[in-house]
Amino acid sequence: MHFLDLLGWGEESWANQFIIGALATLQISVGGYLAGLLIGGLVAWVKLRGGRVPVAIANGYSTICRAVPEVLLIIILFYAGQSALDSLLESFEIDPEEWGISGFAAAVVVLGLVQGAYASEIMRGAILAIPRGQIEAAQAYGLHGAGLFRRIILPAMVPYALGGLANLWMVIIKDSALISVVGYNELLFTAKQAAGSTKYYFSFFLFAGAIYYVITLVSNGAIALIEARVRRWMPKMS
Amino acid sequence: MDFSWLPKYGPLLLEGAWRTVLLVVLSGIIGNGLAIIVGFGRISRNFAVAKAALAFTSVIRGTPLLVQIFLMYYGLGSVFGEWDWIRQTFLWDYLREGFWYMVAALAISTAGYTGEVVRVALLSVPRGEIEAGRAFGLTGLQVIRLIWLPRALGAVLPTLAGETVLLLKATALASTITVMDLLGAANVVRSQTFRTYEPLLFVAAGYFLLTLLVERGFRLVERRFAKAYRRA
Repeated sequence: MHFLDLLGWGEESWANQFIIGALATLQISVGGYLAGLLIGGLVAWVKLRGGRVPVAIANGYSTICRAVPEVLLIIILFYAGQSALDSLLESFEIDPEEWGISGFAAAVVVLGLVQGAYASEIMRGAILAIPRGQIEAAQAYGLHGAGLFRRIILPAMVPYALGGLANLWMVIIKDSALISVVGYNELLFTAKQAAGSTKYYFSFFLFAGAIYYVITLVSNGAIALIEARVRRWMPKMS
Repeated sequence: MDFSWLPKYGPLLLEGAWRTVLLVVLSGIIGNGLAIIVGFGRISRNFAVAKAALAFTSVIRGTPLLVQIFLMYYGLGSVFGEWDWIRQTFLWDYLREGFWYMVAALAISTAGYTGEVVRVALLSVPRGEIEAGRAFGLTGLQVIRLIWLPRALGAVLPTLAGETVLLLKATALASTITVMDLLGAANVVRSQTFRTYEPLLFVAAGYFLLTLLVERGFRLVERRFAKAYRRA
């Protein structure tokens, strides 16, 4: 059978399932990425500002998350996170099944925790790369706390962090495929089902790979545009 | 936390750990060998070769490893299974097992990621050193073997250490295609003892230990390299 016939068209077709799967992949990637930025930012702040014990905990977190296989972290955190989330929601008398947030939230939190370890190192390095004088000048003008962060540190650190953070986006698209291992219905999981039920393993996995490749290629192009925009005031690198 | 299952399943976990190490070593050797070829391909002056190498690294780094593994194991595996003549040869014993598909997938992935590292490393060697080698009458292959590669790889050893840690972590995906590696062994323990977290946390510690070993090993190699190439 021709692959396009196999894929079909319309609501009942594999094509539709693949669209849903690809959207789920994008959703958990974006969600996980934002969660990772949030966690990474917090952990970076602790590493730069915290006392001895918080810093040790922050360092332990990023060391462990970078030394243990992502798929293993995802399995551990997914089960632990899902049961914690379920009991949390039940204590508010919300039925997690009914709202269908349990799996999605667990996937986002898990991907965020895995990414946060890398993001924290990138952000810490970026903040340290800001010339000390700029921050001191801002403080001399009376800026401090949140205002200092929002007006000076954040815009000044973005160009330094951008390369690393862009790379993390590419990583999370690929890592999101690991969520299929715990049975979350995203792109690779869809491919697995399609391949298993039609026995056209090669075609369907190749098709899924092609979709991932398109996502990363488009991302690459977008990242190049963003980098050009953010770095527009910086000296040109040779 | 209950670890009373440990004595019973200890041998199984050890065997899994051994298989994980075997995966790292085998696919590391094959993959890094391929990476050198890919690296030279990337800087080749032959347009077709350079473009082919670029396409290879771009596709490998642009798609999830798990998709590549499934494509190999289920995709190629089912294609091989349809050919009767393969089933009758000794090859079939290897082609039935997830282990060898995993080695192949990891080696190809390593070739893609490390190939880019090798490219940067090759370009970092000063042109004069290569020209000096040629001036001494070394052949092209001798220049590569004696000067270019050792200098290039010595310069990126810390990066290669990082890539090897990534390779070690990637081997855990072997359990998704029924290979009994460290994580696969933990899954067996999980299904037989009905304990969810203890076996997983136990093998997480195992991977952590292996990561430390890889880093320690590379630091030793780095020190040797530094000694051998110290300027007189």
